[in-house]
Amino acid sequence: MPFISNTKEQQRDMLAEIGLTMDKLFSDIPKDLRAGEFNLPKGLTEHQVRDALAEIAGKNYINLTCFLGGGFYDHFIPAAVYAIISRSEFYTAYTPYQPELSQGTLQAIYEYQSAICRLTEMEAANASLYDGGTAIYEAVMMALRITGRNKVIIDDSVNPIYRVMIDSYTKNLSIQLEQVNCVDGQANRDEIYKKLDDDTAAVILQNPNFFGCVDDFSDIAEAAHKKGALLIVSCYPVSLGILKTPGAMGADIVTGEGQSLGMPMSFGGPYLGFMATKMKYIRKMPGRIVGQTKDKLDRRSFVLTLQAREQHIRRDKATSNICSNEALCALTALVYMSLLGKEGLKETAQLCADKASYAYHKLTAIPGVKAHFKQKWFFNEFVLDLPCEAADVIARLIEKGFAAGFPLSRYYKNMEKSILICVTEKRTKQQIGMLAESLEACL
Amino acid sequence: MKLLFEKSVKGRRAIQVDNSDVPTTININSDFLRKNSAELPELSELDVVRHFTALSRMNFGVDTNFYPLGSCTMKYNPKVCERIASYPGFAHLHPLLPQLRMGGMLTQGALQVLYDMDIFLREITGMAGFTLQPMAGAHGELTGIMIMAAYHRNKGNKKTTVLVPDSAHGTNPASAAIAGYKVVVVPSDDNGIMDIKALKKLINNEVAGLMLTCPNTLGLFNSHIKEICDLIHSVDGLAYYDGANLNAIVGKARPGDFGFDIVHINLHKTFATPHGGGGPGSGPVGVNEKLVDFLPVSVVVKRDDGTYALEYNRPKSIGYIAPFYGNFAIILRAYVYILMLGKEGLGKVAENAVLNANYILAKLKKHYKAASENICKHECVFSPTDEMLQNGVHALDVAKSLIDRGFHPPTVYFPTIVKEALMIEPTETESKETIDEFIDAMIEIAEIAKTEPEKIKQSPITTPVCRPDETAAAKNLDISFHI
Repeated sequence: MPFISNTKEQQRDMLAEIGLTMDKLFSDIPKDLRAGEFNLPKGLTEHQVRDALAEIAGKNYINLTCFLGGGFYDHFIPAAVYAIISRSEFYTAYTPYQPELSQGTLQAIYEYQSAICRLTEMEAANASLYDGGTAIYEAVMMALRITGRNKVIIDDSVNPIYRVMIDSYTKNLSIQLEQVNCVDGQANRDEIYKKLDDDTAAVILQNPNFFGCVDDFSDIAEAAHKKGALLIVSCYPVSLGILKTPGAMGADIVTGEGQSLGMPMSFGGPYLGFMATKMKYIRKMPGRIVGQTKDKLDRRSFVLTLQAREQHIRRDKATSNICSNEALCALTALVYMSLLGKEGLKETAQLCADKASYAYHKLTAIPGVKAHFKQKWFFNEFVLDLPCEAADVIARLIEKGFAAGFPLSRYYKNMEKSILICVTEKRTKQQIGMLAESLEACL
Repeated sequence: MKLLFEKSVKGRRAIQVDNSDVPTTININSDFLRKNSAELPELSELDVVRHFTALSRMNFGVDTNFYPLGSCTMKYNPKVCERIASYPGFAHLHPLLPQLRMGGMLTQGALQVLYDMDIFLREITGMAGFTLQPMAGAHGELTGIMIMAAYHRNKGNKKTTVLVPDSAHGTNPASAAIAGYKVVVVPSDDNGIMDIKALKKLINNEVAGLMLTCPNTLGLFNSHIKEICDLIHSVDGLAYYDGANLNAIVGKARPGDFGFDIVHINLHKTFATPHGGGGPGSGPVGVNEKLVDFLPVSVVVKRDDGTYALEYNRPKSIGYIAPFYGNFAIILRAYVYILMLGKEGLGKVAENAVLNANYILAKLKKHYKAASENICKHECVFSPTDEMLQNGVHALDVAKSLIDRGFHPPTVYFPTIVKEALMIEPTETESKETIDEFIDAMIEIAEIAKTEPEKIKQSPITTPVCRPDETAAAKNLDISFHI
């Protein structure tokens, strides 16, 4: 039998030692509750399963040139990332409950927390959450705990996938969610300030927003703080190679999807939710946190800390129910950031912005294609209005070998002709040129 | 060991970023740019590789040592699953492709994996439908409780409480609470299983449901399980099966047949996907017929022509709980594992997991105090004997002493209903030789604890650090490196 070590003889010896039969070992399960035969296929050998899965994998189209983003990005991943996270001392371990046996994982998490703080210019980060969407949900819950209020204002240019997730999670709770529509790709200050009151726990914004537009939320942070509310900013970590940080804007809680930091797209996961906050809110933060300390012999050591916030201690009073998080993905992000380093991340971000800008000019030069927004500040994604329905054009471009972008009508009213196009550092000038040619031919 | 940041040398580089083949254009207002570069380390690729290789050698994993951490099911993680998850056809697949027109046709392979997995898990658990979206066990619990809430909302039931046994994992009460319910604790009886008399007293119309692991955290199967589910149903409550301990019964019995309405499974436990040092996991949730309409969107369906599609339009659904389809690459690993086990292998998993646990129970009960001497399922719980405790040797000391003998300790001080608990889960993948060595080490520790307890209390001495000061860590909080 695959993956079972004991031979039949050993099993017999062990049963003899126990003094029971195998059947007796299951005698505590009432007879009428025992299962009959299972309707499952016969087991496969490794050779057979690899062939079978290679065939299934072959039914997925991965050779389209990718201009699709929407919060999930096709960035270059150095080989050393996979080599390091494939060390089974990392991936076959579990939550570092025994610090003496887990200094590798613990130090890496401490370094990850430090890297996230430096990237976002925040004071404290946790060890990870599931993904960028659940991270916003956890930030909302955290803001409610900190402020004791129950109204949350959310900008409609926060990733719509995350907004529908927040809707689901808050359905059984008495939370008042107020949505504000952005104006020309920027956060709508007037509307936000109108809604901002003494019941407001938090304002949620995203930078760059779903449309790729960049903004500076410093003024909104200030206004929120005046009302005793918090600013939650969801961000795209690679963009922080060059963009103004949420920390510098005065954000109170920063979240984001860490997939762009070295994780393959893998059809939606596993990804990485990251979260950072101000030191004064650390005891209200969900998730594992690693701290530095000394051992009996005064040696540098790392341990899980502030565990009194967590479910295994505090049970129904915990800051969150999270237990397993995305530790290996956090390690991936840390290794990626270490390999790119201070200059490499900045250069990568700059390259994304430059290529996107080049593509923007190239594509808006096509007759009938226009920029959707008047303002032109974007990072590596932008919205174009086509002369016809975007979903149709995208379907036609698939036939020409491009995942050309995302049709915004899927989540936004009156945007049937709008396409969201993403350009990462992996896209070449030539690929951009070919996209422009193919798009022109499709219209 | 030095931190990455302490090894940084100004100007050193690992990865060369491509030269730009387009003009550099200032497309962003300088007000929107950061003033200083993020202070990430500056290292060579060798520096980075050597740093993390050194860190990895400070870890115990299943691949390096026996890891009988109770309730965590630290079984062997087959390498073939890792290999298949890295196939480009899966790893490079953009999750938004199916949302493009006709895009589902671009991802038929991935959708097939999700569809088949749903069918497999239904068969294994006896449920009517699954969502594979939850990204961990606790995430599955929250999803399950949200489904419970939707069911009651839909029926107009006014329910406010969720019942949870005192032996439950902490995630159970935490999940119920954050979903908006009041948690009421059901005590265990003297045998360590749920006290049915106490449960009967707590049953009333306020009860939205009950969350239960079976076998429980003592490794005991509750023979009254069907009666318990019936009791909950008598007030239109829902019975929730926490599948953290499914490895004990997989292929032998099905929670759906016990009467459970909602089930979550930890793929990273029962279905052998790696624990990753604390995730990523995967916590699919299955429900019975009356709850299928409430499952999260999207749902993979198979069309008459044999192709697969995602269904979004489900009016009663609790909505989106994950951005896409869950931790796909983890689901894929578990899928490969099930394909390899097949129907004949499935039941062998539980048989050998239970055999190994009972073997340990039989061998160690003369040397430690067993929480229950009845047959156990996948795990058994001990405490140090009174004599050991009188000598000052506690569960933690036994744990630390095991480390010096090359074993990852059991879960300690849990379940909390057992004083000084040592919760041992060997799993089916371990051999008799390994388990015998572990048993010998446990017995040796018990013996030394009688004569030279100080020796035990000095452990561990073979690790890079020894008993770090956790109190100081929480008091003088240092959670991020500052120069």
